[in-house]
Amino acid sequence: MSSPDTLTNSKTAQGPLVEARGLSHVRDGRTVMAIGDWQLQPGAHALLLGPSGSGKTTFINIVTGLLTPSHGAISVAGEVMSALPPASRDALRRRTIGLVFQTLRLIPALSVTDNLALAQQLALGHVDRAAIAGMIDRVGLAHRAAARPRQLSQGEGQRAAIARALITRSRLVVADEPTSALDDANAARMIDLMFDVADATGATLLVATHDGRIAHRFANRLNLMAPVAA
Amino acid sequence: MIGLSLAYLKDRGLNTALNILLLALSVASLVILLLFSSQLENRFDKDAQGIDMVVGAKGSPLQLILSSVYHVDIPTGNVPLDTVPLLRRQLGVAEAIPLALGDSFRSFRIVGTEPAYPALLGASLADGRMFSAKMEAVIGADVAARTGATLGQRFVGGHGMSSGDEGPKHEETPFIVVGRLKPTGTVIDRLILTRVESVWGVHGIEDPGEDHHDGESAEDHEAHAGAAEVTAVLVRFGSPIAAVRLPGFINRQTNLQAAVPAVEVSRLLALVGVGLDAVRAFAVLLMLTAGLSIFVALLTALKEREGDMAMLRVIGASRAAIIGQVASEGLILASAGATLGLLLGHGVIGMAAASIEQLRALGLNAFAFHPGEALIVAAALGIGLIAALIPALRVLKNDIAETLANAR
Ligand SMILES: Nc1ncnc2c1ncn2[C@@H]1O[C@H](COP(=O)(O)OP(=O)(O)O)[C@@H](O)[C@H]1O
Ligand SMILES: [Mg+2]
Repeated sequence: MSSPDTLTNSKTAQGPLVEARGLSHVRDGRTVMAIGDWQLQPGAHALLLGPSGSGKTTFINIVTGLLTPSHGAISVAGEVMSALPPASRDALRRRTIGLVFQTLRLIPALSVTDNLALAQQLALGHVDRAAIAGMIDRVGLAHRAAARPRQLSQGEGQRAAIARALITRSRLVVADEPTSALDDANAARMIDLMFDVADATGATLLVATHDGRIAHRFANRLNLMAPVAA
Repeated sequence: MIGLSLAYLKDRGLNTALNILLLALSVASLVILLLFSSQLENRFDKDAQGIDMVVGAKGSPLQLILSSVYHVDIPTGNVPLDTVPLLRRQLGVAEAIPLALGDSFRSFRIVGTEPAYPALLGASLADGRMFSAKMEAVIGADVAARTGATLGQRFVGGHGMSSGDEGPKHEETPFIVVGRLKPTGTVIDRLILTRVESVWGVHGIEDPGEDHHDGESAEDHEAHAGAAEVTAVLVRFGSPIAAVRLPGFINRQTNLQAAVPAVEVSRLLALVGVGLDAVRAFAVLLMLTAGLSIFVALLTALKEREGDMAMLRVIGASRAAIIGQVASEGLILASAGATLGLLLGHGVIGMAAASIEQLRALGLNAFAFHPGEALIVAAALGIGLIAALIPALRVLKNDIAETLANAR
């Protein structure tokens, strides 16, 4: 490992995993997201709460490096995203962040095991079958490992999606609206599952939602206001 | 990622199978055409090797060549035996070999000639000896294999050449097999060779050589020889001057016609070629259709997979990896189609050769490969690749965040 990497690692061991400074985003002359200063400590469970259109997805796209903020800066694992060339940004996302999509986005042509294997191959460059089996077991899908996503129940699909976000040994799991399509019981179960798995692997959790039902579960809450219509 | 490509292909199995089949059909038609025309040309060249000119009776020069060099058409007629010494006297003639045709045994032609004829086509004995006495015969490899004739066996020729035993049999004058030739891959494999005099003997024509034994003078022999005829004379030139001078010289002789195999064959191939070109154009069109079909299939599939691909990009797939994945889908389709097409093409050639006598006679061989097949396979792969790359590049132009937000 090169020395800057070592430096980064030691730095994040002490400092926040995600840190925003004066962060806001302007789109077409309109401020669509304003967060300012904000920190996410390693191992924390954070909630980004706000109505639809308040800039949650915009913020997540900035955290994952898909979007460059118009004001301020964000650092992930000690690296300032906007200062990195695109390839390094991709690499940082690959190594550090696991994403849980609202529509899950499991690849329908692949089994649960193979969905995880593909993610692992892409992120780590190799496939560790034992680790995959262990992760699938941990999310309670051992008996469904060979099933295709369309054969899974919604809850099983969510477990698979979380397992995929974690199999790459992501330190940060980011989920955008993971519960908005679920009924109360399933929404609660989803959050339980994310907490369980994140705690078991020591991962940090960032959940964006407009879903007030799950708000009480999070100690670290960041409230976003709906932008004032121009 | 290859595993992903296979999984996607398997996921839309029917579509994949249809595209492979379509491509396979086009590859097969091109391969069949290529093998057919190249093996035909190759056979034409091999059978005519060393034969620079054929002299026979007036008529169609193509017919003369087909009947005497390839043994497929009926002869144009006969020419006097004198033609042979006449040709041998000409400057620049290295060899002049008479052929007497007219009879057959179980559809294999009996050819009255000289040992120089098998020598000219590079045939050598596998068994026994060369014919020397009248009614002795040497059989080609196919004749031996198909009739089961063995050394010392007697057989009776039938009159007529095309469909064998239909003509009247010459029961009173049987041939005896004295030799068997090794396979040559030329028309000689399917011939029964004997002396010119044997063919005359069968037809009751007096043999000038036998007259000689009886002590007649040379002049008497010449007078009798009016009845002694041959069907054609194969000529090999010893010098290039002959090629310029001789055909014209022969054609000025009132009863004779000279034809050059190379000229007639290229005329024939040009004729056949027009038909083959039409079929080839159709096959190429079929291949383009297959390419278009793969293109449409991948375009639709990738449209549905836009979200998947954006997700893959987000979780760490590089653009190159995405392109590679889609390209490998196209290439897997194309190589499956090409492989199946090659098998199908060679299979059809093999079945055609096994079931159609004339095609087998032409030496159609399913196990011969042509370098042009590599080109056909390359074209199929290229089409598969292009059909995959266009939609892949289209999808990659999309903004990842946008796609993730919008795609299903
Ligand atoms: N691609 C885009 N082009 C223009 N405006 C956009 C685009 N994406 C989001 N916005 C706008 O930015 C604001 C914040 O959007 P978003 O971050 O998606 O909110 P949320 O995820 O909280 O619902 C909204 O007003 C939305 O209309
Ligand atoms: Mg959103």
